[in-house]
Amino acid sequence: MSDHSSSYVPSNGFTRWLDERLPIIRLMYDSFIVFPTPRNLNYLWTFGGILTFCLVAQIITGIVIAMHFVPHGDHAFASVEHLMRDVNWGDLIRYTHAVGASMFFAAAYIHLFRGLYYGSYKSPREIIWIFGVVILLLMIITAFMGYSLVWGQMSFWAVTVITNLFTAIPIVGEGITQWIWGGYSVGDPTLNRLFSLHYLFPFIIAALVGLHIWALHVVGSNNPTGVEVKSKTDTIPFFPFYVIKDGFMVVVFMLLFSWFVFYAPNYLGHSDNFIEANPLQTPPHIVPEWYFLPFYAILRAIPDKLFGVIAMVAAIVVLFVIPWLDTSKIKSVSKRPLFMPFFWLFVITCFALGYLGAKAPEGYFLIASQLFTAYYFIFFIIIMPVIGLIETPKELPDSITEAVEGQSGKEGASS
Amino acid sequence: MSSDHNDEGRRDFLMVAAGSFAAVGAAGALWPLVDQMNPDASAKALASIEVDLSPIKEGQAVTVMWRGKPVFIRKRTAEEIKQAVSADTTDMRDPQVDGDRAKKPEWLVLIGICTHLGCIPRGQSTGDVHGDFGGWFCPCHGSHYDTSGRIRKGPAPTNLEVPPYAFISDTKIKIG
Repeated sequence: MSDHSSSYVPSNGFTRWLDERLPIIRLMYDSFIVFPTPRNLNYLWTFGGILTFCLVAQIITGIVIAMHFVPHGDHAFASVEHLMRDVNWGDLIRYTHAVGASMFFAAAYIHLFRGLYYGSYKSPREIIWIFGVVILLLMIITAFMGYSLVWGQMSFWAVTVITNLFTAIPIVGEGITQWIWGGYSVGDPTLNRLFSLHYLFPFIIAALVGLHIWALHVVGSNNPTGVEVKSKTDTIPFFPFYVIKDGFMVVVFMLLFSWFVFYAPNYLGHSDNFIEANPLQTPPHIVPEWYFLPFYAILRAIPDKLFGVIAMVAAIVVLFVIPWLDTSKIKSVSKRPLFMPFFWLFVITCFALGYLGAKAPEGYFLIASQLFTAYYFIFFIIIMPVIGLIETPKELPDSITEAVEGQSGKEGASS
Repeated sequence: MSSDHNDEGRRDFLMVAAGSFAAVGAAGALWPLVDQMNPDASAKALASIEVDLSPIKEGQAVTVMWRGKPVFIRKRTAEEIKQAVSADTTDMRDPQVDGDRAKKPEWLVLIGICTHLGCIPRGQSTGDVHGDFGGWFCPCHGSHYDTSGRIRKGPAPTNLEVPPYAFISDTKIKIG
């Protein structure tokens, strides 16, 4: 927390000298060693650490891949195959980067749903949440641009479809789209600028992660009870307890990550992306990577170009305002019996939209995606404000300590 | 005292003038950085092409590239022309009569890009699916176009675009 006084004591002459000039060791010590953290965090709270690992892994593998990649329409596809076949360890590095994107999104979605379930977006953590949504938005753009660089059929046509979304804007849409393309269709200039921005964005994300953690350290972590920290007995220092817990889960996460990299590196991809981009032939069925499927389903659920685009953008933008849409002061869904079934229906809705995003938007699939799209927005815009006003939540524990040690601890003390 | 007030007014003026000047300068510096992304001279230079129509037989279609986009040129059969001309335009999403879309009834020239999200509709080869209206069918999101390239069913908002073109002779057109 920001108001606690620092307990760092420089241990030698050099650190004392440095501390008076740039107290960076003090900052690290206060933020990641003695930082008071709620004692009752469960394993869902380890995904912040996992996501940091993912970002670092993507940046390192990405920098290496950029040493071999050629951002030119005639050479990009071949340079990726060259990396895979000729460069020492090239296949391992590229698969780690490609699978890494999927793992990054998997961890980010778990992190996001943890925040939703435990009300981590509520006062005083709105700014943390907003930065989180901005990071998610930048991750979506970055992953999309990275996928396009492979310059296979699915890359090329995904860029075509997504950049054409801008033509839905009345009057200036066409001009904006040609400005993005640098031509009259997706081509070499487009690929080149996507590469430039794909290299830039992860560093912007890293900076925003810094702000996300800064804001977190001002107000402190939320916890499964949703009761704020009240006394010193409610917390334990970040080191060694949560460093060990986060580290353990990073290793477990790496096992899953490695399984994909070594045994199923293409399982999450699409076979059409092994065909070089051909501007004269559209693949029979364009599907995005799995982590975009729910948003793609929302886009296609609405049979009007402009409103489909608006709905897809709104599906992310609505996340910015949920700290104010949710009228309940109670943070954790586990203490909100009336809200809980609606929450789990929302989780099911996200999975269902993911399934429908991979299906052709016809017949029952179209009707289903329209129903689930409707619920996606009803959940945020109607259910969140209304339930908070009418429900009677369960009783909250007096403190985190009481929640952990229970009544028995209390009785033991009194007897 | 009054000279103090004068000074304040002068300082405000200087602040506003300096701020405005800096804003204009920043905008001027920003514009080249934004405009460099627009289609460049080499892209604009490929703005027009000529196409020889003489090898195309009735019922056949060819695809040529113009500005990086596919252009469909179809020599329509009498039946296709009849369908295109006689179709009732009143309940179309983007009503247009066939005469406004084809300069000569047997030649249909279209930009072969679905107006929904930019895929290439199928229907150029005789073996392709042509959709419910005998023209083109976009596989991405299911738009059906008729023998005049008009949208008849599906999510596309407008008809397939007709590029600017002119007949140089009976068997040659210039696109662009």
